[in-house]
Amino acid sequence: MIEFINDLLMFMGHHKNYWLIPILLVLSIVGGLIVLTEGSVVAPFIYTLF
Amino acid sequence: MTRILGLSAYYHDSAAALLEDGELVAAAQEERFTRQKHEARFPAAAARYCLAGTSLDEVDYVVFYDKPLLKFERMLETHLAYAPNGFNRFRQAMPVWLKEKLWLKKMLRQELSQLSGGDAIPRLLFTQHHQAHAGSAFYCSPFQQSAVLCIDGVGEWATTSAWSGTPDNLKPLWQIDFPHSIGLLYSAFTYYCGFSVNSGEYKLMGLAPYGKPRFVELIKSELISIDPDGTYALNLDYFDYCVGERMISEKFRALFGAPERLPETEITSLYRDLAASIQAITEEVVVKLASSLRRETGHTNLCLAGGVALNCVANGVLRRTGMFEHIWVQPAAGDAGCAIGAAFNVWHEHLGNPKSDTGQDRMKGCLLGPAYDNSIIESELIKAGAKYQKMETQHLLRSTASMLANGNIVGWYQGRMEFGPRALGARSILADARNPNMQQTLNLRIKFRESFRPFAPAVLREHLAKYFVSDQNSPYMMFVDYLVPELRLTPDSKRDGLDRVNEVRSALPGITHLDYSARVQTVGQDDKDPFYQLLLAFQQQTGCAVLINTSFNVRGEPIVQSPLDALRCFHATEMDALVIGSFILHKKDQTTLSIPELQIPAPVMTNAALKKFSRSLAILLSGFALTVVWVNQLPISPWLVLPFLVLFIWGEIIPGHMRAIHRGWHQLGVGLARITSPVIFSLVFFFIITPLGLIQRLVRRSKIHREYKPDRRSTTSNPGFEYPF
Repeated sequence: MIEFINDLLMFMGHHKNYWLIPILLVLSIVGGLIVLTEGSVVAPFIYTLF
Repeated sequence: MTRILGLSAYYHDSAAALLEDGELVAAAQEERFTRQKHEARFPAAAARYCLAGTSLDEVDYVVFYDKPLLKFERMLETHLAYAPNGFNRFRQAMPVWLKEKLWLKKMLRQELSQLSGGDAIPRLLFTQHHQAHAGSAFYCSPFQQSAVLCIDGVGEWATTSAWSGTPDNLKPLWQIDFPHSIGLLYSAFTYYCGFSVNSGEYKLMGLAPYGKPRFVELIKSELISIDPDGTYALNLDYFDYCVGERMISEKFRALFGAPERLPETEITSLYRDLAASIQAITEEVVVKLASSLRRETGHTNLCLAGGVALNCVANGVLRRTGMFEHIWVQPAAGDAGCAIGAAFNVWHEHLGNPKSDTGQDRMKGCLLGPAYDNSIIESELIKAGAKYQKMETQHLLRSTASMLANGNIVGWYQGRMEFGPRALGARSILADARNPNMQQTLNLRIKFRESFRPFAPAVLREHLAKYFVSDQNSPYMMFVDYLVPELRLTPDSKRDGLDRVNEVRSALPGITHLDYSARVQTVGQDDKDPFYQLLLAFQQQTGCAVLINTSFNVRGEPIVQSPLDALRCFHATEMDALVIGSFILHKKDQTTLSIPELQIPAPVMTNAALKKFSRSLAILLSGFALTVVWVNQLPISPWLVLPFLVLFIWGEIIPGHMRAIHRGWHQLGVGLARITSPVIFSLVFFFIITPLGLIQRLVRRSKIHREYKPDRRSTTSNPGFEYPF
């Protein structure tokens, strides 16, 4: 997860596409939720949610 | 020794390729192993094959063929440019990104970890998609200096890209960005004419000679503007592929006055003429782009890659212009070839090794896949109850040539499997091209495909000039050539449209397309190559140095990989004989042949995962029960936790019993998601993306150029192989 956030920040720094910050922030939180709950019992709910 | 494993995956045509000290030693497409055409999943079986005898910790780099964050950026920018339109597409596409593609590094590491059996995994690198295409073209070519042109549907942003290759460098020159794409334009017509996008483009190309290009001017005035330098822009009002669920818009249908053709229905003159028209336009764009590159780079060689480079008719037109001294097309020009290109990019560009001059291409005749020796083949034949004869090589070649000369259709399975979409004499179905009924017989009885589709000839290189006009090498079937006038016949019938398929138009009717063209494979002299030896034996027996060579598969299936695949295909069709290794099987003798049905294993939850599920479900439910008790101030009883304790222990002892509970639990999640998922995505789309998109368009900062104007050249910034962007 930390690596992903790091990649995202470097991507922003390199391509300077600041329009995407709010979208990436929200989608990363949602995606992060899926990844963090992966393999757990709540995964079917989170995973199928999206 | 430096080993590099190149991977393409997760979109279509997954593949793996292995380089050892800059030499391509193995490559294979995943579809051949999973038996799912255009397989998109991680190429585990292909990678396992490439690594045979090598453990993953002996590999120095694994390189993926595109930059996922750039692709994600393009997708979001497209939605910003079109919002509030495109919500359905957003809802369909986003889950895959949120669950998988956004976490590509993690996913790749998990897959690689399974391959390595838990050992350390190599460093993970990324190339841009068109960089991988360009690498697959230039680094595999026999040239030291060359212009490189890549044209496909879309990569991250690029749909067309131009490069200059020298021994020390593959330099990007310019590119045309999404949504303007000649590849997607061709696919839009493929869809409109009733064929599948991504696999039906060959059919449209084969259909083109049956039509008249009467729509060229209309398409050029309405759909695409082509500049003199070959760069182009599409009029996006006619297309729906940006954020819609189809390739074309209502305006496109109105322009041609008909709905899209339904698959398997009659192909009327409208669709035939459209095929001819879009083919002519593609050829014009390819020739103009190549001409610009010739002028701008000064190179006298040209390399081609990308899906559009599989359009061998356009390649043939380009070659006949003579503007380049030599043209080399990557035989696996589609996305599978990117696995090879990405690996070469790392070897030459990341590690700084210059391209050495061997004078030959580095694809090894595309024979990069698995081979099976006679002992394995024989054990499969015995298991299947096949009746077969084992022969020494010369006897086998003479017998096969004789069968072909007598009008038999022969499955030919020898040596290493080809990489790429073409069968080149290792996994082929062969027949006599002189037989006037052969095209129809092969299409309808063996391949079960459309009758108008032509077959390719394999011809002995030393006899090429006797049959074809160009007299140039084409070992990978990447160029269309024309039959010499002496062999052509003029049919005297008054047939029209697709009925003309049965006309005899030459002394080699089995490979002669309507316009006397053929997608030629030249087979050079090589005494160790069984396919060369067979052609030679056939030529000595019949005086004809040409055979029909079509891929060893039936419609909808990948080319056969293993001996069992070959037996299964032989059994399911009306092929007369199968020549596999040193063995010959005659169909008429196979009274006891019994091949097991192809089983595609469904993903199954492991016991460990089921145990984990039962544990966490027990904890979750007991926590929930205790919360209810606490909130409602109910009396606490030790019996309360008993059901959850039973669930916990049950899962530990017999985890298989948890499968049904897991299924039910999952279904509950699916049911709830039907309500919650649209709500969540609506909030994101209409409250974040839409207002941002409207502001972006208001201040003219959109990266998606929807307007219809010339000068489409752009450049891209690439921070390096370490980054997924």
